[in-house]
Amino acid sequence: MISVLIGILCTIGALAILVAAIGILRMPDFYLRLSVTVKAATLGGGLLLLAAAFYFPDEVSVTTKALAIIFFLTLTAPVAAHLIGRTAYFIGTEQWKGTVRDDLAGMYDKETHELRSEDVGEEGS
Amino acid sequence: MTLSTYIDYVILPILGLSLLLVFIRIYKGPSIVDRVIALDLLITIGVSVITVYSISTLRTTFIDVAMILALIAFLGTIAFSYYLEKRGRK
Repeated sequence: MISVLIGILCTIGALAILVAAIGILRMPDFYLRLSVTVKAATLGGGLLLLAAAFYFPDEVSVTTKALAIIFFLTLTAPVAAHLIGRTAYFIGTEQWKGTVRDDLAGMYDKETHELRSEDVGEEGS
Repeated sequence: MTLSTYIDYVILPILGLSLLLVFIRIYKGPSIVDRVIALDLLITIGVSVITVYSISTLRTTFIDVAMILALIAFLGTIAFSYYLEKRGRK
């Protein structure tokens, strides 16, 4: 019974990782690639680690380590994605031609790398 | 069919195919940030492969390796983004 549960968890996790890999290959733009990659890969890795946590129930240290890795992945993946997306915007990675709007256009100070809020900018200028 | 055979013949090939697709993106990648996120995804898939392999072979030591690898993936992405941002600024 528990092996059926572990098999289902492994299958869903592996399929989520496959979706992330197809997405990073097929998406037309860096920002779309970033958005599809981080969430799907975190979900897939988390499910596979959860399967490992269920599979070794006698050894508490393994379950604790697996849960710690899940916690660490969900904590750090959005931070890393935000930082690399911000850097990509600064160094001028081009956007897809079908992009509808860009709210950050003109809002970043190119010298100091500070983000200007909209109402403060209107008062200042 | 036991769980070990299922993992060996179904789950690990799916993860291997994912690794191959990510390698194609690292090879093609038009800009350097594409390659950085592809590397990040590669290490995340590596953590998953190590976990599944530890289930398949009943060796719990591999979980420690997965933990260190997850740490290194985060630090690598942070370092790449920090220095890429400083590069244009001088």
